[in-house]
This record gives sequence, C-alpha cells and structure tokens, in this order.
Amino acid sequence: MSKLFTKETQAIFWNNNKSAIQRMLDYDYTISRETPSVAAIVAPTSNNKFEKFFYGPDEVMISVYKSTAEAAQAFPNADVLLNFASFRTAYDVTMEAIEIKGQFKTIMVTAEGIPERLARKMNQTARDSGVTVIGPATVGGIAPGAFKIANVGGTITNIVNSKLHRAGSCGLVTRSGGLFNELSNIIAINADGIAEGVAIGGDRFVGSVFIDNLLRMEENPDVKYMLLLGEVGGTEEYKVIDAVKSGKIKKPIIAWCIGTIAKQFSSGVQFGHAGASANADAETAEAKNRAMAEVGIHVPESFNDLPATINEVYEELRAKGVITDIEEPELKIVPKVRRAKEFICTISDDRGDEATYAGFPISSVATPDTGKGIGDVISLLWFKKQYPKWASEFIETVLKTVADHGPAVSGAHNAKVTARAGKSVVESLVTGLLTIGPRFGGAIDGAAKYFKYADDNNLSPKEFLGYMKKEGVPIPGIGHRIKSLRNPDLRVEGLKKFAKGNFPSTPLLDYALTVEQLTTSKKDNLILNVDGTIGILMVDMWRALGYSESEIEDFIESGTLNAFFIVGRSIGFIGHVLDEKRLGMPMYRHPMDDILYNVEKAEEL
Amino acid sequence: MAQRAIREYDGKAIFSKHWEKYFSGFHYGFKSVLVTSGQELLDKAQEHGFEWLKQEALVAKPDMLFGKRGKNDLVLFKSSKPGDVTLEEAAAWIDAKMAVTTTLLTGQHGHLTHFIVEPFTPHSQEQEYYISATTVGEDDVLYMSAEGGMEVEEGWDEKVNEVTIPINMSDADMEHAVRAKVPSDISSSDKEAFTSFAIQFFRFYRDLNFAYLEINPIVMLENNNMAILDLVARLDDTAGFMMVDEWGEIEYPTAFGMEDQSPEEKAIAEADSKSGASLKLTILNPLGRIWTMVAGGGASVVYADTIADLTGDVSQLANYGEYSGGPTTGETKFYADTLIDLMTRTPDAEGRDKILIIGGAIANFTDVAKTFTGIIQSFEENIEKMREHNIQVYVRRGGPNYEKGLKDIKEAADRLGLYIEVYGPQTHVTDIVRMALEK
Repeated sequence: MSKLFTKETQAIFWNNNKSAIQRMLDYDYTISRETPSVAAIVAPTSNNKFEKFFYGPDEVMISVYKSTAEAAQAFPNADVLLNFASFRTAYDVTMEAIEIKGQFKTIMVTAEGIPERLARKMNQTARDSGVTVIGPATVGGIAPGAFKIANVGGTITNIVNSKLHRAGSCGLVTRSGGLFNELSNIIAINADGIAEGVAIGGDRFVGSVFIDNLLRMEENPDVKYMLLLGEVGGTEEYKVIDAVKSGKIKKPIIAWCIGTIAKQFSSGVQFGHAGASANADAETAEAKNRAMAEVGIHVPESFNDLPATINEVYEELRAKGVITDIEEPELKIVPKVRRAKEFICTISDDRGDEATYAGFPISSVATPDTGKGIGDVISLLWFKKQYPKWASEFIETVLKTVADHGPAVSGAHNAKVTARAGKSVVESLVTGLLTIGPRFGGAIDGAAKYFKYADDNNLSPKEFLGYMKKEGVPIPGIGHRIKSLRNPDLRVEGLKKFAKGNFPSTPLLDYALTVEQLTTSKKDNLILNVDGTIGILMVDMWRALGYSESEIEDFIESGTLNAFFIVGRSIGFIGHVLDEKRLGMPMYRHPMDDILYNVEKAEEL
Repeated sequence: MAQRAIREYDGKAIFSKHWEKYFSGFHYGFKSVLVTSGQELLDKAQEHGFEWLKQEALVAKPDMLFGKRGKNDLVLFKSSKPGDVTLEEAAAWIDAKMAVTTTLLTGQHGHLTHFIVEPFTPHSQEQEYYISATTVGEDDVLYMSAEGGMEVEEGWDEKVNEVTIPINMSDADMEHAVRAKVPSDISSSDKEAFTSFAIQFFRFYRDLNFAYLEINPIVMLENNNMAILDLVARLDDTAGFMMVDEWGEIEYPTAFGMEDQSPEEKAIAEADSKSGASLKLTILNPLGRIWTMVAGGGASVVYADTIADLTGDVSQLANYGEYSGGPTTGETKFYADTLIDLMTRTPDAEGRDKILIIGGAIANFTDVAKTFTGIIQSFEENIEKMREHNIQVYVRRGGPNYEKGLKDIKEAADRLGLYIEVYGPQTHVTDIVRMALEK
C-alpha cells in the first residue's frame, strides 16, 4: 500500500461529530469527489437512522448505526475507521474494529490520554493484523485532492490557501496536530504543497511512527521529498536515520525536532506533549537534529529557517525535473449560506416532466398494459423496491381478503353510525379506521411479532405456548369464533395455497402450523386464523425477498402490517358508508333496553 | 503528564490492598505510617492497630519521591546501634529534620514535610534481593538480582538479569521467560520462592497499571514473610479512571526541591482545570524581557525554541505556556491580564522595551476573533501599565476568522497608542520573534 488514501477511500466515522463530518463533506464537494468520504456513522446511543449533512448547496443523508459491525456490514468497502471515541472507550472501539477481519486498513484514533498499557496493546494488535493506526492523540492526516480526516486543515478557506485541495509533492509527517496546518501552509508558500500528510499523535505510545509513514511515502510516486517534524524525547528519529543510512529511504528528507530549548532547563518544565521529555542525551532535540544532519538529512539552523530549507530542496528538485509544475484544478465553491431542508422525501418526486413513484413515471405503472397492479405500486411507494410478481400478487391477495367482514365488526359499525349522523364519507371512514388497533385488526402485527420471536429463538410449540402464558397474552392470530379444523376458514386455505404454490419457501408458516397442531389438540377452534396467516406470510415474503431479520422487525415495529389492513379495510368501510348514504338511514340512537343501567350515587370523600 | 511518581507509603498501601490476590503463599505485614510531624506520629501510636509503633524498634525516612536517602543520611535506623530507635526518638528526629532546610547531594534543596515510619526489620545481606519492572520502548522489562540495596546499583550490568516481555505475550510464555532468567546466584533454598514472587510481582505491576515499580531491597524472611524495605513507584495516571478502586486515594506530590508554583501559575492552573480549553503557564524568569502568549502546544514550543536560538540563551525569555482548544473570551482575557500584570512589575534592568509575543499557528477550530476580543479587553484595562513599560506587541496568527481578529487587535492598539505589528499566515509562524529582536 503505497498510498494511505485515494479519491475512492471511504470511512466509517465512530461518534456523531457533526462539525468534523461536515468539514469532510465540504472538502469532498470542493474537490469533486464522487462519493462522500464518510460512508456511515456509528453512534451507539443514537436512535436516528441517518444524519443530514450539506454536500455543496444540497443535502445528503449518511446512515447511522449502533455498532461498527453493522456499519461495516453495510459498507464493506469503507476501509478507514475514524475513531472519535473518548479516552475511556477508544481502546474497545479500535479492538472491536480490528476483529472485523478484512474490513479496516487504517484506524485513526483521536482520543488523548488512553491508558498506556491499553494503547500499547491496541497498537501491537493492529500491527499484527496489518492495520495502520494513526494516533492516538492526533487530528489525523490528509491525502490532498483525495481524502481528508475530520478537522485536519481547519477551515475550507485555509485548506485552499494551504493548497490542501490537490496533491503537491511533499510527504509530511509531524507529531503535533497544531503545527500540521502550519507546516502545510509553509510548504504551500515555499513549495507546491503536500502529497500526503500524517500527524502521528502526541501520546507516548502511538500506532504508526515516523518511519512507518516515511517508508510508505518512499513508495508513493506522488511524494518527491519528505518533511519530518519531530520533537524532544524518544528515539523514533533514529529509525529514520538508520533507514537513510541503509538506503531504504532515498528521497530527500527535510527534518527538524522542536523543543531545542528543553536542554536549557535541568528539569521540571514539560515542553509540549506527553511523549516529549528527554530521558537521555540522545533524546534531546539538539542531538537528534545533529544526528539527522550528519546522514545528509536537510536540517535547518533553526525552526525559523525551515521555510528557506524547504524552498531550497523544492527548487533543486524542480531544476532536476523531479518535480514538475502542477496544473491547478478547478474548485467547486461551497456556498456561504445554506439552509437545512425541513422535510425529506425518498419515495416520490414531482419535480420533473412527470411525477414518479420511486423513480418510475406514474404512467409506466398505471394502465393495464404495463402489467403492473396495485401490489406493484405499494411495493414502490412503501418499500422503494420492485417486488417480483408473486410478492405483489400476494399483497393484492391480502388486500382483497381483508377488504370487508360485514357490518357487525366494530369498525364498520362505527363508520355506519357516523354516516347516519350525517357526516361525510371521509369523516365516516376515519371513524371506522380509528377503531383499528390492538383488538381490531391488530392481530396481524401481533402474530407476526410473536411467531417470529418464537421461531427466531427456536422455541418448540410447547415452549412458545408456555412463553405466551407467562407474558399473559393470548396468542395473536390463533382462534376463531366458529371455524375449526373440521370446518376450515376458506380465506386461510386460499392464502396458504397461494403461498405454497408461489413463495420460494414458507418457514414461519410451517412453524405456525406445528403450533396450530398443538393448540387445536386443546380446543378445536384454536386454529390459525386469517389475521395470523397474513402476518406470518408477510414475514415469510420479506425473508424470501432478502430482507434482514432486523429490517423485518423494523417493518413490524413501524406498523407496516397494520397498514395492509388499513388499506384493504378502507374499501369495505367506504362501501358501508356509501350504503348508508344510499339507504338514507336516519340518525341512529341505541335502544335503551339494550343498556344495563347501574348508577350509584357518588360518595362524598 | 502520563507517568507520575507516588509516595512510597501509597505504593506499599496498593501492595497491601491486593496482596492476597497477587502474592498467594507470601505474607506481608504492611506496618507503615505516613506522618507530617513528630506529634502526628505520637498521636498515631495511640490508635488501635498501631500499637507496634510503641512496641517495636522503628525506621524513619522522608517520603518525598527522591532516592538515595541512605547516602543523604536521611534514614533513621539507629541511635546507638541499629534497631534501637524508639517512638519518641523517631518523633524528635522528624521534628528536627523539618525545622531546617535540607540540601541533597544532587543540590536540590527544600523543606522536608512527609515521613514514612516502619518497624526495623533485622535481616542478613543474603536475604536481600532486587526486583523492578518498567516499560522500555514498546515492551515491559522485568529486572531481577540476587543482590539488593546499594550493591546492585554499583554493579548493574553484571548483577541484574533482564526479561523483556512484549505487550501481547501470554501468561504462560511470560512465566517461562521469567523462570529462565532468574539469577543463578540466588540460593537454592530461596530460588523457587523468588521465581514465584517475581512472576506475581510482574502481574501485579502490569494489572495495576504501574509505569515503574522497584523494590530495593525486597527481603525474604523466614516462612515466606516478605519485607518491602524501599519502594519507588510511578503510576500511569491516564489509567486512573479504571483504577479508582484498585489504587484508592492517590496523591501525586511535586518533586522535592521544585520551587512552589507562584500564585499566578496556580491561578492559571486552576482556570485550566475548570475549562474545556487548555491554559498553561510556567514562569521561567520573572525579570525576563520577552513574554509569550502563544496559542497551541506545538507552537508554544517553537516560539520558545526560536527565542532561545535567536537570543543565544534563555535569559530574556520570561515564560512558557499556551492557551488553546477554543478558550472563551473571558478565559483569554484572564490569561492576558495575568501576563501583562507579571511583565509590568519591574522595569528591564538595561532599560530596554519589553516585548509581548502574541503568537500562534493556523488554528484548526479556535475562533481567532473571539479570543482576540479577550486580549483587546485586557489591553484596554491595562494600557497605563503597558505604556509605562514600553511594551511592544507582535502578533501572528491564522485560522477561523483570523482576518477580523487581526484587524480588531490592530485597531485597538492604534486607538490606545500601543506599539503593535500584526501578521497573518503569509508570515512564517516564528518570524515575529526575529522582527521583534531586530528592532
């Protein structure tokens, strides 16, 4: 891997750090990336499914997951993890990410002050697994024109001023994150910007060290020379010196260690980072600067002379033709004022010539010659997918099956009473619809939920019955007023027959039928009823269509099953309302002899 | 700061707390007290559980992070012969030591304030061993020697065996590695016990997040009784959040001989502890001519470096410090007030102007205009003093909203009649130091 990041690199961002993510997307827009550099966000305590961000003048949605594993599964190509967890959890987050084999090539850890022993374990485990850790205690790194980590580079204005929007020819490695920006600026002014840059982090134990980054940059053809900003303390710079001596690094290096002042104070003053404290003469900034100069590394007289040294090396490489002039790319300008959209629509669009359902013009699904039915329209508008014929036909079968069940059921009764009070179709209809809930129509939801739970947990029919008894709930979808095994409900038979003949498989129905065997052995009419059959077969349909179990649970939770009942039964309710209008029935008053009056005088308290 | 030294007493208290769990088969009495006066020692002896202070011969020594207490003649273990120190003698000795300034062989000097008092442990030189562990590079290293006390320090290379233990080494491999390196000159009667102790010692050091742990000497007495005669320990304080119960109440004392912080440094440290931003101040030379108010940890170092480089030494540099991480306007004003107050107390000895460097790299997210508002407010309040000391201000900064920040501070200084030069990201970060010195 000669380059840390490319223009295709995508990251999973651990922690919903909105401003840092927005800065990444602003950068993406500016350099015209095709995909956002943040593929997904992990936020364990968030209940949001996505988060909105600006992408230039528009907005995009980035998915939010509760765990790294879920995000990784959804975005197998996102090979960078930006770990913005606190020092308390950063270790666990990194270790969990390394465990997801083959997913992450680079993990950046921003927390400062991770316990040293944990940091060492984390770094070593990453090395053993071939994962590059940037940090801890870092702002990250950047591959200009390709991928930028979080806040590196600061504001977009500064990024452009420091030429961080397109690749230059310097490879930059620093410990300090604060000076990273500054050096990018110095290199932009005195040379042509950087090709790749990493701030390795200020803690004592960091994952990738100077030499790791410089060796990679040696292989990166875009990098023509390197700049290393070291610090008093530690011996990492000597590994670079050895690599230069042995010829492993041939590209020119400019280097400076900050903290030369530390030698002037015997003890007590901590200059800079936790890692910055010289334990021996060789660890002083001065000794390291001298040793680097001795092997031919370009070391300026002082930090103040660094710009001149950069310019010298750059001009020399230009004169040799190693560095050629860069054509400045066109930049997209992020608008200064942007307004977040109040509403989001992901199912239909009326902005073009013709309104569409999930991308399909209405005319392409409306008329009979399109071959599309109402089931197809539902699959587009409810699920944003084109369901196969068997599934959309099943949906239509369900709608037709539940359309009406006579005038006596409470919803129809309410609709009729309201119509007779002189109310309009819509008022009468919603009165009926408002009756739909846990006791009326809700068995579809309940059956899907409980049977799925029992099947997922491999409960035997007997265990399932025991479980429901403990819950204190009669099993939804089981039982009928008059129908029994000997006198079956033909609607149920029809649904089962359709499913057996058309579904690829019906595992939940098969399970439900074993439950039915047990319940009917107790009482003849405890059969799988029409509500239960619909709920269970919907789960089987979604499973066969490839939805994950958690997606199916979300459907159940959000009331999708009820929605089928609502749509279907609306047909019947409207029928009853129109029937009332047609008959011109008067206002209904319930007969008093049908009411048990039992009113006692209120006690005084 | 990550690795911090703790008192010998606290180190022993941690041992004692976890002894049963880690050192099965060995016994440790933990008879130690930490006192800050002779009277406190006498009072302690009256408490239940500390009767031994009256019954046994005692050893007393300062517990203030420095070593070589024996060589500095700061260990009381005899009045006429070893092992005859009484409670009253120990208390009197402590008071006498506290009354005078103590100068160590290293030249550090100060007042002794904390003492550890323990029973005198009669033993022979053969019973003394050395053991320690720390982190070297990326690995842990365990050091063991058959000789304890001062002897081991005098012949380190010949007398000490090292075991390198990589971070992810399994316990079985660690035990094998330690076993293989136990010094051969440990007497055969003690060898098995020492090996077992060394393995447990390493686990203890590792699990309790020590950064450094040394017992010199550890004395192996009869019946697997262990005496920890001298202990040096540093903790990795970043692990503190996981070790709340394991460590108990831990204090991180300042090293002996370190001058106490000035009230101004303390005030800044206090403001720092209450803020999400970072405020740091160290006064290097209160009479210095060049004062720095620099944003950012890395930048503060390069400014200090550059001042030393360009002036040839550090005599002119008055302070070191930083403000960063998005401090509020109020916090920035307080920091500026403190610096201006300090730099206007005494005129320069050679009658030169004083220089205030308001420096900083290009900020990632700190709002430059907002922080500069705090500095401007401080200028307005302190302008009389600043004029009196001919303070020359040099500003260099970049980052969010820097144009407005630079414009505001320039206008304010001009309005107040203050000499100022103002530069942005186009000027090299430390170049204002050169400009200030050349003027």
